[in-house]
Amino acid sequence: MIPFDFEYYRPETISQAIDLFHSLAKQGKQPMYYAGGTEIISMARANSIYTGGVIDIKGILECNEFGYRGTKLVIGSAVTLTNISESNLFPILGMTVARIADHTIQGKITLGGNIAGTIIYREAALPLLIADSQVVIAGFNGTRQVPFSQVFDGRIKLEEGELIVRFIIDSKYTTLPFFHRKITKIDKIDYPLITVVALKKDERILVGFSGLCNHPFRSIEMEDCLNDKSIPREERIKNAISCIPAPIQQDIHGSGEYRRFVLENTLMDVLEM
Amino acid sequence: MNAVGKTVPRKEALGKVTGAAKYNDDTREPGTLHVKMVTSTCSHGFIKSIDVSRAWAVPGVRAVVTGDYLPVLCGSVVVDHPPIALGKVRYFGEPVAIVVADTEQLAQQAAYLVNVEYEPLPVVRTISQAMEEGAPLVHENLESYKKEIKDVYPIANTNIIDHIKIRKGDMEKGWAECDVVVEGKYIMPKSDHIAMETRNVKVKIEPTGKVHISSSTQSPYAIKNELSKTFGLDEGDVIVTAPLIGGAFGGKAPVHLENIAYIASRAVGGRPVRLANTREEDIMVSPCKIGVEAKVKLGATKDGILKAAELTYLVDAGAYADTAPRMAKTIASNGTGPYNIENLWCDSICLYTNNPYSTSFRGFGNTSYTFCIERTLDKLANALNISPFDLRLKNAISPSHTSPTQVKITHSNTGDLAKCIYRLNELINLQEDLRVEVAKNKVIAKGMSCFWKTSASPTDAVSGAILTFNKDGSINLICGAVEMGSGVKTALAQILAEKMNMEVDNIHVQMQVNTESSPKHWKTVASMTTFMAGRAVISAAEDAIKQLRSIAAVVMRCDPSLLEVGGSKVYMKNDPDNYIEFKDIIQGYKYQDGNAFGGQIIGRGTYIMENLTILDPETGKGKMGPAWTVGAQAIEVEYNTREHTYKILRAATVLDAGRVINPKTAKGIIMGGMSMGLGLGSREHFIYGDHGGILNSSLRTYKVMRFGEQPDYLVDFIETPSINGPYGARGFGEHGILGIPAALANALTRASQVELDQVPIYPELIWKTKMGGYHDSI
Amino acid sequence: MIELRDIGSIELDINGEKRKVTIRAAETLLHTLREQLGLTGAKPGCENGDCGACTVLVDGWPIKSCLMLTIEAVGHSITTLEGLNNVPMQKAFLENFGFQCGYCTSGFIMVCHALATIHPGADNDTMADWLQSNICRCTSYEEIQNAVKRVLGKDD
Repeated sequence: MIPFDFEYYRPETISQAIDLFHSLAKQGKQPMYYAGGTEIISMARANSIYTGGVIDIKGILECNEFGYRGTKLVIGSAVTLTNISESNLFPILGMTVARIADHTIQGKITLGGNIAGTIIYREAALPLLIADSQVVIAGFNGTRQVPFSQVFDGRIKLEEGELIVRFIIDSKYTTLPFFHRKITKIDKIDYPLITVVALKKDERILVGFSGLCNHPFRSIEMEDCLNDKSIPREERIKNAISCIPAPIQQDIHGSGEYRRFVLENTLMDVLEM
Repeated sequence: MNAVGKTVPRKEALGKVTGAAKYNDDTREPGTLHVKMVTSTCSHGFIKSIDVSRAWAVPGVRAVVTGDYLPVLCGSVVVDHPPIALGKVRYFGEPVAIVVADTEQLAQQAAYLVNVEYEPLPVVRTISQAMEEGAPLVHENLESYKKEIKDVYPIANTNIIDHIKIRKGDMEKGWAECDVVVEGKYIMPKSDHIAMETRNVKVKIEPTGKVHISSSTQSPYAIKNELSKTFGLDEGDVIVTAPLIGGAFGGKAPVHLENIAYIASRAVGGRPVRLANTREEDIMVSPCKIGVEAKVKLGATKDGILKAAELTYLVDAGAYADTAPRMAKTIASNGTGPYNIENLWCDSICLYTNNPYSTSFRGFGNTSYTFCIERTLDKLANALNISPFDLRLKNAISPSHTSPTQVKITHSNTGDLAKCIYRLNELINLQEDLRVEVAKNKVIAKGMSCFWKTSASPTDAVSGAILTFNKDGSINLICGAVEMGSGVKTALAQILAEKMNMEVDNIHVQMQVNTESSPKHWKTVASMTTFMAGRAVISAAEDAIKQLRSIAAVVMRCDPSLLEVGGSKVYMKNDPDNYIEFKDIIQGYKYQDGNAFGGQIIGRGTYIMENLTILDPETGKGKMGPAWTVGAQAIEVEYNTREHTYKILRAATVLDAGRVINPKTAKGIIMGGMSMGLGLGSREHFIYGDHGGILNSSLRTYKVMRFGEQPDYLVDFIETPSINGPYGARGFGEHGILGIPAALANALTRASQVELDQVPIYPELIWKTKMGGYHDSI
Repeated sequence: MIELRDIGSIELDINGEKRKVTIRAAETLLHTLREQLGLTGAKPGCENGDCGACTVLVDGWPIKSCLMLTIEAVGHSITTLEGLNNVPMQKAFLENFGFQCGYCTSGFIMVCHALATIHPGADNDTMADWLQSNICRCTSYEEIQNAVKRVLGKDD
């Protein structure tokens, strides 16, 4: 039960949505874009967030686009995780999102929602980061397409009122050999201790991590270490671990030392790719 | 007819698969107001002030109530618990105020606006802190509390609620006879029941003073009794109904939300109110499972015959006593496990801490000592170089032995543990292949455990049953046992059908309990319901049969002793074709000319616990429960030696059920208990934050077993009748859980080759233990 | 554009019937089903999307109704346990003793029925993926597995 009231809008176009956002913001209603809504509903119930107006983007055609446009795979921000995993158009993404929350909820969570949410894992971002994807963002001043890595720094950096419209992945990434492993404390349905996602492109391993630090990331430095074939694997892993870009997460799911242990094992398997 | 021993579907099954089954919060009286709690954000502290003004300002708020509105204390053992905090708070999550409003939303909005200031006190977080000399006192005036039962002995100016001593045999002699002595220290933390239906209650007070309570409770009669005592009401004015319950596992045995909702209704002039826990409240506010820390020392001859045991069990009750002292008593008086140990020194100490308070949880403490004893037995088997299987078999309790409280063991009062162990071995082979390396980094290992459990009811616990008859010859069975998933109503119908020699389909059970019309059944707890209510049903059937025969005898012009009852008829024993149907006599017999006699038949049956005693405070001598149920269990795991992860492959239980009433239901109940035991063993525990609150207070973070994690289950029953049980049946509703954490720990210890002496055992714990980072708080 | 300011009337398509309800925009589907439509088969177990006791079908797919706003359901067809009419899964749960207290049963039957409808050839992994969305605290899950396998024609 959500203890406060809000207004609900389901616009049909991007410009409607953006106009709404600005007019609600002007009225002090602290609007939020709403897609799957799972995080907004659960956090609102716990009184951890407030909004006076939600703008459901599921009615916007562009946000629901899913398929190939030539050599580019386009995935709208309102496409559900279930759609992504059932379609299997981008296997590594399908595999990653099929381990977010549980199967039923995957039918509600959207790609944009997982990436723009406040829960620290945002695992769907990992395949998009390592596949050098582009993101299309709409705002008051129009629409821009930028490399995803440019606007994603652990969480997506959006201007007030900006909206993720779609992601664009080059088809050459969708058929690469891949690796996905989500390791939890013990249960299959749980937040990750760590999730490791990797692709192998032109003999180079591209890898992203979630759960390891308090935000998901891809680290070129770590990749360089892992791909340094001049030294033994154990050394490569040691070097990679030494350049983890932020403190290792320590929480109810596991200690930092244990995450490190799990990471070492997992990276051994990544190097088997 | 053989209704007993046959698998029949639950009486309420169709309702449950169609959505028609109604649970307590599925129905609502129009005009019901909603109650929300404001709960403490401090683990231990004085309440400096409570500002309710902003809450009152929310439109639709009808009352904002704090502890001083109706300052009372509750408790079924020690009367130590204000329903709404009075002056101080003793755990994070304790209710400090309630809001009553037109809608749940408004009540919640207002509850968020109540501002409470605390003056924090030193927090007693662990058992060792609670035991320390000069420890902060959770209850400063322990000596002033009333006691609801005679045999509990709180110690003033300490955190000790009770200290139960078991002294048997001659310790000096016992240790002298031992060739090998092993010791272990163990930890089983607090955890939660997680019934899928959170606790909820509806209350209204009529102008006449009648109080109507409808609750998701295992104990409608305890609500009636405790509420009338606490609030000075006439018992007859308190009417409690309990519909179908969505799981309970002991968590719905205590009276808790009922007190708060009663106060809420009082505060709004008796209007109907509803109070339903959120999941987070169900975990943090309502009571949980006890925590236990223990030291176990066992000694045996080189042949593996146990000779002496010294056991110390420390029970973390949490902030209020509730039934934790009774569990401490259970632990003390059964704390050796089902083994013959002639020389025993056992202390079980129940302590207050500033953790959430505890109540009964499936197993009632028996799971805790079982873990400690069974882990120690495996250590002993290693030290003796005897197989764990043989060690248990050699010492299995059997006739001629005595229990820790010096009760003489018989097959009737205990069943046949050795038979269970042998059968278990047939199911899962415990004599070979206890640890096998099957592939690189992959080991398969097995571990076992035995268990026993009797009940810890009051010595005068009662049950009752009433039978009324329908014109079609069918019978209505009315009793006070609550249907919470155990299938008890169906089992009772089977017992009745057996006794009346008729079809189970012709027995109608009253599913909802109503204290105004259903005869008292103590509580639907302790795995004693089939036993107690079954006995009452048999006695009611006998009473009805007597009446049926005496009326039929007049009509059939013969002596009643020549008549038999069966198939909804009364017939001549020597000529079954000569009969009269129930329909012609159950509401009086009418002659052709209109004369009638006999009146309606109402069968009445009762049962009261037989020959139980309270325990001697110095030695523990006495008889706590009517009969034990014993069993043996084993777990097989596949363990990854690199990652320390594991998969549970098989789980087996053999239990002496006395007599199985409904085989498929019985198997399901045992498997359900085993599943919960796997949860305790592998993942369930409270994790506290620096603020003292539980960090894993939602089902997102408090993990329970899910689909796909279950092993293959192997379950079988031995049937050594209990002379006192209905058709020989023993209680076993809780028992599936008892040895599972121990068997899992034994299997994982064998697999990982490192001693795992605490639960839950998740991969990080194994890794840490291997790295030498085992945390030991004793 | 669909919009609802605080409170308003909408029409829902539930169990094949059109039902008018007055709702808060911030109201969850679970709440509307139970409090306004008397469809109490869907149960609150956590209201956080973790337990699955509130699962209903939206356009044939399982959805946790505690994590869906009622207003979101406009234009979609909703099926609750009360709307299933003796489907094989109900019978299979009954015959395989797939429940004890029955509180999680509604949600489990909905997700199992959807699985059998959408993926009638589901393998064990798919079955586990789908069913891991729900929690049963009474049974061992083996009973539920037996029920689903029966309907999928995979029982031993």
